[in-house]
Amino acid sequence: MKQASAVLSVKNVTKRFGGLVAVSNMSFDVAEHEMVGIIGPNGSGKTTMINMISGVFAPTDGRISLRGRLISDAAPQIIAREGVGRTFQLVRLLPGLSVLENVMAGAVYGHKRRWGRDAEDFAHSVLERVGMDAMSHAPVSSLTYIDQKRVELARTLAGEPKVLLLDEWLAGLNPTELETGIELIHNLRNEGRTIVMVEHVMDAIRSLCDRCVVMSSGAKIAEGTTEGVLSDQDVIRAYLGDDDA
Amino acid sequence: MKPATVQELIWAGVLVALAAFWPMMSNGYWLGIGVDVMMYTALATSWMLFSGPTHYISLASAAFFGVGGFVVGSGMSDYDASFWSMLALSAVIGGVLAALIGLATLRLSGVYFVIFTLGLAEMIRNLVSWVQNNFLGSRGLYVLTDFTDAHLYWMLLVTAGCVYLLGWIISRSRLGFALRIIGGDETVARHVGINTATAKVILFTTTGVFGAIVGAIIAPRWSYIEPNQVFSPQLSFFVVIMALLGGSGRLWGPVVGVIPFLLIWNWVDSNFSNQSILVLGVAFLVIVYFLPHGFVGRIEQLRASARGRS
Ligand SMILES: Nc1ncnc2c1ncn2[C@@H]1O[C@H](COP(=O)(O)OP(=O)(O)OP(=O)(O)O)[C@@H](O)[C@H]1O
Ligand SMILES: [Mg+2]
Repeated sequence: MKQASAVLSVKNVTKRFGGLVAVSNMSFDVAEHEMVGIIGPNGSGKTTMINMISGVFAPTDGRISLRGRLISDAAPQIIAREGVGRTFQLVRLLPGLSVLENVMAGAVYGHKRRWGRDAEDFAHSVLERVGMDAMSHAPVSSLTYIDQKRVELARTLAGEPKVLLLDEWLAGLNPTELETGIELIHNLRNEGRTIVMVEHVMDAIRSLCDRCVVMSSGAKIAEGTTEGVLSDQDVIRAYLGDDDA
Repeated sequence: MKPATVQELIWAGVLVALAAFWPMMSNGYWLGIGVDVMMYTALATSWMLFSGPTHYISLASAAFFGVGGFVVGSGMSDYDASFWSMLALSAVIGGVLAALIGLATLRLSGVYFVIFTLGLAEMIRNLVSWVQNNFLGSRGLYVLTDFTDAHLYWMLLVTAGCVYLLGWIISRSRLGFALRIIGGDETVARHVGINTATAKVILFTTTGVFGAIVGAIIAPRWSYIEPNQVFSPQLSFFVVIMALLGGSGRLWGPVVGVIPFLLIWNWVDSNFSNQSILVLGVAFLVIVYFLPHGFVGRIEQLRASARGRS
């Protein structure tokens, strides 16, 4: 019955790059207002999974659906308008545009299609939410790394996504920045958003995620509550190698 | 490319109104330069509509320009058509051709796009020459009209004004914003919901339409149309150099590139005609080393530092 309430549903999804199987027969569901973590060692296929959901490439096999509608063959712009927003593992900002314009980019072509004053005001309000409104007229080249990440998050939020995909949004932050970052995502969680986050920072996963999916070499090796999954022997072995288990 | 302001539109209107008096104040040599200036202003500005924000360097201008000249020449001498109907037809053909090239090059970026557009333009030139020589008879393409250089100048001025106005409207629209986002990062553009293919093809099509219109208007100046000449790739390079010399950051950039370039070019061409290609090379070097953002970039830099000091 979980099927019916799933906002995002991934079913038997496989992705091959030539001979390399980056994602192998992955299945998981994300319910409304749920925050699901995808964890796993480097190169286990997490980003590839996110890329398939957001439409960067189509799965070789399997289906991905959003509220029951098949999206696995759709282009990224269609999937974005259907309500999937994402950030990138390596921050992607628009270099020639100001901070405000970067965020407006998210608001203008989404399902609300805001424009002019409306788009500007909305971009300001989102920037305020991530604590960046004071910088709204700065060029993006002048921003620190965490500020770039915040602007990218604001651009994604400006599209008012129904499902938010965060690919290692906390990676590369120093300890104080990390605290700010975790608090920010906590606020998103409290707003009742539906979020899928790929993450390596264990503290963040423990305090933020309701459930976790664990990947290793492209396949799902565990799924369940965060506490349960993190104490699972297979998971520990995947992270630390056989010797330490 | 930043969205154009109302102030810029007013300035453009004033400039167009003033420029309209040029044929009354000049003749012969200087009127001829005026025609060249208007022709390249229209071509470089329409090139800029697409290439400015997206940073895709197109070398296909000659293909559209040539289509305009050829359609007018062929229509008027082989089919007794009127100049005006052929002008309209060439706009349509130029637009369709550009849309097809746009669709074919969607997946190409960077240097591949540059080479492909150049190759395609050359292919079209050879194809048209071949068709002309083998099927359409070799009577030659004569374009005999009552138009004087002043008439051509005014027609080109109106065309350049229309290109500017269209660019002004686009730069303030969702479509213009979408192109700037595409120029920044195409992956991001798609992920915020932009149909990048449609946006690029629409803009490239306008470039084709205006290229063909300019080619059609200039045809009466030559009276005799030689396909190899109207499709000359030199024109494509001229358009790119002038646009970049002016600067791609602003819609009015091409104008400030076209005028100095043409003045120098004409001077060199009449005094040291063997060295004219050298000017092209030097212009390229100047842009790359001293004016990477063109005159526009330099002007805005000076303005910003003046503001900083005061
Ligand atoms: N576009 C691509 N073409 C070819 N191979 C790819 C491509 N994208 C990813 N891969 C390969 O797929 C595998 C999974 O990569 P992926 O980036 O999904 O891992 P990840 O779990 O996100 O790793 P990390 O934690 O380092 O970000 C890797 O072996 C990678 O080299
Ligand atoms: Mg990754």
